[in-house]
Amino acid sequence: MKNVAYLEIEGRSPGYYALLGLFALMIAIGLAAAFYMETHGHYVTGMNNQIVWGTPHVFAVFLIVAASGALNVASIGSVFGKSLYKPLGRLSGLLAIALLVGGLAVLVLDLGHPDRLIVAMTYYNFKSIFAWNIYLYIGFLGVVAVYLWMMMERRMNIYYTKAGLIAFVWRLLLTTGTGSIFGFIVAREPYDTALYAPMFIIMSFSFGLAIFILVLMAAYKGSHRELGNVMLYRLKNLLGVFIAAVLYFVLVYHLTKLYGTEHHASERFLLLDGGIYTQLFWIVQVLIGGLLPLAMLYHPHMGKSRAWIAVSAVLVIIGGLAQMYVIIIGGQAFPLEMFPGQEVTSSFFDGVVGQYAPSLPEVLLGLSGIGIALGVVTFAIKVLRFLPVSLADADVDPHAEKAAH
Amino acid sequence: MNEQQTPATEGCSSSRRNFLTGAIATVAGVAVAPGISLISLAQARPADEAVSKDTRWGMLIDTSKCADGCTDCVTACAKENGWGIGSTDEQHSADTQRAQWIRKVDLRDKHTGYTHTLPMLCQHCENPPCVDVCPTGASFRRADGIVLVDKHICIGCRYCMMACPYKARSFVHEVLEDQKPYAPRGKGTVESCTFCVHRTDAGRTPACVEACAVGDHHAMLFGDLNDPRSELSQRLSKEASTQVRADLGLNVGVRYQGI
Repeated sequence: MKNVAYLEIEGRSPGYYALLGLFALMIAIGLAAAFYMETHGHYVTGMNNQIVWGTPHVFAVFLIVAASGALNVASIGSVFGKSLYKPLGRLSGLLAIALLVGGLAVLVLDLGHPDRLIVAMTYYNFKSIFAWNIYLYIGFLGVVAVYLWMMMERRMNIYYTKAGLIAFVWRLLLTTGTGSIFGFIVAREPYDTALYAPMFIIMSFSFGLAIFILVLMAAYKGSHRELGNVMLYRLKNLLGVFIAAVLYFVLVYHLTKLYGTEHHASERFLLLDGGIYTQLFWIVQVLIGGLLPLAMLYHPHMGKSRAWIAVSAVLVIIGGLAQMYVIIIGGQAFPLEMFPGQEVTSSFFDGVVGQYAPSLPEVLLGLSGIGIALGVVTFAIKVLRFLPVSLADADVDPHAEKAAH
Repeated sequence: MNEQQTPATEGCSSSRRNFLTGAIATVAGVAVAPGISLISLAQARPADEAVSKDTRWGMLIDTSKCADGCTDCVTACAKENGWGIGSTDEQHSADTQRAQWIRKVDLRDKHTGYTHTLPMLCQHCENPPCVDVCPTGASFRRADGIVLVDKHICIGCRYCMMACPYKARSFVHEVLEDQKPYAPRGKGTVESCTFCVHRTDAGRTPACVEACAVGDHHAMLFGDLNDPRSELSQRLSKEASTQVRADLGLNVGVRYQGI
C-alpha cells in the first residue's frame, strides 16, 4: 500500500456552506425545543409517568450506539491489521466522537434538570450503571481523541496500534454499558436480559457502519475526490454481515423470551398485538431496515450500484431508529407485571399499555443530535486532514483493482 | 416554680397569677399530652438524633379490610403532601402525567373472577432498585428504611422510574407553586411516597394509615419491623403476609395480606 496523503477539503462552495447552515439550523431549532421543554416542564412532551423515556432517548441512544460502531472501521485497520481500512481510520475516529457528542447533547437536554449537569458530574453513585456510563462516555472521547492524535501526528505513529487496541476495548465496554442500561432492569419483562450487551454491540457495528458509508460517500462526492469500488464494496459487504448479525440477535432474543410461558404476554404484545410497536418491529425494523438492505447489498446488480448501496445504508439507519423505538418505548409501554394471574386497574394506568405519541419538540431535539454530529464532521474535515486525497482503487489496493471491475 | 420565691409583680394579684399559671399549665398539658403518648407509642427519637438502623419502618396492609371504592388513604396522602387534590398545581399536565404517590389498585383473578382492592405505594425496599440505578445518589435509603429522593441533586433522568418494579414514582412535569413546606416537590424531579417522613420523625403515623383508621377500616398498620414488641412485628410473626414481587428479593417494607 502506498503512503496515504490526507488533505482538508476546500469547503468554499455554496453547497458546503448550505450544508453547514442546515446543520446549524437543526442545532438552533433543537436548542430552542430544549429551552421550551425546560421552561415549561415536560408536560409539553409526549412523555408521562408510564413512558418516562421518549423520542429524545431514541435518538440519543441510537447516536451513542452508532458512535462506538463508527469507530469500528479504524479498529479493523489498526487492531486487526487490515491495511485496506487504514486510510479510513481518521474519519472513523472523527465520526465516532461527533456522533457521541450529538447523542450526549440530546440525552442531557432531555433531563428534568439539564441545568444540574454539574451535579451529574460531581455526585456519583458508583453502583449506578448510568454513572458508569458517564465515565465510559467521557473516557471514550478522550481515548479516541488520543487515538486520532497518534494517527495524525507522524511522530506518534509508533503508538498508533496500541492506542487503537485501547480504543477498541473501550468501545466494547461503552456499548456493553449502553446495552446494560436496559439489560439490567429486572423489573420490566422486555428488558432484564444479558443479551442486550452483545446485541447493542452488534447493533453499533451495523448502525455505525451505515452512517460511516453515507458520510464517506457524501464527503468524496462533495469534494470531488475519488472513492473506488474496492473500498466501497468491502464496506458494503461488511455492512451486510452486520445486518445479518443484528437479525440473528433479534431472533435469539425473542426465541429466548418465547420459550418460557412467563413472557408470552410481553412477547405477544411486541410481536402480535402491540399496534405501532408491532408494526415498527416487523415492517420497519425487520423488513425495511433488515431484510431489504440485506437483499440489496448482496444482489448481483443492486449491490454494485452506488445509489442502491446508499439507499441500503439509509434503510439500515431508519430500521435502527425503529429498533430503538421498539426497545425503548415499546419496552416501557408493556405494563409492569406486579400481580401475576390478575387483571389490574387503577387511576395510575396499571395494567394498561402505556400511551405515548412523540411531540414536535422531542423530535426536533432528537434531530438536532444528528445536526450536531454531522455539523462537527462537516466542519472538522475542512480544518484538519481527516480525508485521504484519494481512495481510488489504484491508491487503495492495486492488486484488487482488476478484481473489482 | 415556687410561688413563694417569686417576687410580687406590680399590679398583678396573687390570685390572678395563680389563675394564669394554672391556665398555662392546663393548656400546655392538653397540647402536649397526646403528643407525649404518641411519641411513647411510636418511640420517636429526639429531633437532634440521627436516624438509626435499629428502626426499620414498615407497613402491613390487610386487603380483606380494604374497602372497595374507598380512597381515604389516597385523599389523605394527597392533602398531607400537597399533590393531586391536595394542591392547585399540575393543571397543565395530562392525567398520565400527574403525580400519584399512592393509588388504589383493583385486582381480579383471571381464572376465578375473585376481586379485591389494595393501596399501592412505594414499598420502601431494603434493596431498592431506584437507589441502585440513580446516577447521582439522589435516590437514597435512610438508615431507618425510608426511601427518599433528595430534590436538590435529582437531575430528572427518570432511570429510577424505569427500574422501580412497583410504578411507585412520579415525575413532576411542570412548574409547581402550591407545595407544603415539609414535603418538597419541584418541576423536573422525581418523587414518591415518603412514609410521611415529617410525621414519622415526629412520632406520628403516615397520613394514609391514620385516614384508614379514622374511616374505621384499619386495613393499614404502620410500625417498626425491627422492634419485636411492635404490633406490626407481632402480627407479622403470627399471620401470613406476602411481598409484591417477592421474586426480586428486594425485602420490601410494605407487606400485604389477602393477595
